[in-house]
Amino acid sequence: MDWSALFVSLRLAIGTCLILLPVGLWLGRRLARMQRRRALLEALVALPLVMPPTVLGFYLMLAFAGDGPVGGFWASLTGTSLNFSFTGILLASLVVNLPFAVQPIQRAFEAVPETLREAAWCSGLSPRQTFWRIELPLVRSGVVSALALTFAHTLGEFGVILMVGGAIDGETRTLAIAIYDRVQSFDEAGAGRMSALLLGISFLTIGVVYGLSRRGGRRHV
Amino acid sequence: MRVLSRQLARWLLVLGLAVAPAIMANDVPRIAVASSLQFALTEIADDFHNATGRRVVLNMGSSGNFRRQIAQGAPFELFLSANEGYVQALHEAGKTRDAGVRYARGRLVWLERKDLKGGDANAPLSADAPLAAVKAAVRAWQADGSRSRVALANPEHAPYGVAARQALAHEGLWEVSQPLLVQGENVAQAARFALSADTRGGLVAYSLACSPSLADKSRYVLIPEAWHAPLHQRMALLPGAGETAEAFYAYLQSPPARQVFRDYGFAVPASDAP
Repeated sequence: MDWSALFVSLRLAIGTCLILLPVGLWLGRRLARMQRRRALLEALVALPLVMPPTVLGFYLMLAFAGDGPVGGFWASLTGTSLNFSFTGILLASLVVNLPFAVQPIQRAFEAVPETLREAAWCSGLSPRQTFWRIELPLVRSGVVSALALTFAHTLGEFGVILMVGGAIDGETRTLAIAIYDRVQSFDEAGAGRMSALLLGISFLTIGVVYGLSRRGGRRHV
Repeated sequence: MRVLSRQLARWLLVLGLAVAPAIMANDVPRIAVASSLQFALTEIADDFHNATGRRVVLNMGSSGNFRRQIAQGAPFELFLSANEGYVQALHEAGKTRDAGVRYARGRLVWLERKDLKGGDANAPLSADAPLAAVKAAVRAWQADGSRSRVALANPEHAPYGVAARQALAHEGLWEVSQPLLVQGENVAQAARFALSADTRGGLVAYSLACSPSLADKSRYVLIPEAWHAPLHQRMALLPGAGETAEAFYAYLQSPPARQVFRDYGFAVPASDAP
């Protein structure tokens, strides 16, 4: 068992979830209420879902390079490079997981009737109070779905990380990459143990989503 | 429903006509080729076609994957491995016709971009100290924590990655350079990493450094062969080999093919080598 790879994967998954939670809430809510140009924005958000990971990885690799647009800016800011660093794979993971975080939350917000918000305003709640006390509890199951999908999908991401990561121990070698390396080294027992762990975590996550959404009465997966 | 099935029949006919020549052109063997050979073998296969009129299909990939596929009965007729251990393992399992022959010996090089900036970047590469850049990178890391990355293929399973680890260890750099190492999944990806703007350079196969697509943007220096175990490359015919595969196997050991291997930076064993 490659514990440092497991640790990298968990750190990556938790980091991705924490950053994408506010982004998903904001963007999901905006998209649900949007009238014009909605299709364009929805398509942009969904793009990573249909793009081959190697294509996405290729573009990210070029953008993250020290002489690329994003990587160059980052280097002038911090003096470090984005390719082959944890920050780099975290950024890549944010892009890859955007649809998994936004779409369930957007579906949940779409199910909150406009009249309910108007009623809350008429009862004297400010827009902020309406969000925290009326809307957020109603979209809870969508948020749980988004977090669980993002978490599980980050643990399994392979193609993009392979392109921009460089398999550095303790920094960019995730569990999925470690499994591939073990198979290549003919260590099928090691690959088997790590695969079983990923299988368990994935099953647990999706089980939590279905369990919670049953209780919440609505499912957004 | 009738219309649909008639249309389906028509499409199947078209498809059949399209595929038929490929089936009728008998004896076009599939060859499993290690990816470090991709440029050299493409050239040799063209020469072979010009000389004999026969064709082969080259499948490029990692030697380790081919070893697994062949053990499970993949329909290849000849296997050119970058690591002779894989051919020997298949031979011991009775999956090859015989022990095969060594056809080439690979060399390791330090590869870096031509347009490096800053520091010692413009110093000429020295054949006496080919890993000077790694030493400088380690010193910089120990002094002020600045990381210049060094690329290599996976040191556990990729043959050139194993050699790179041995060369670094030979110079006492393996342990101290750990925080700086970036691993490619195979040696071709390692070369890609070595030439990216985020690394100082890398340890890769000489055959890749010799390829035209890298030559104009990179420079290299050979690593002494004594610094790592020899990179013997071995090939063997597989049990299903037909006449064309046998002819190609013989052609690979002929003087014209050996010259192409030399052009791509391989050392070629004497013709009576085991």
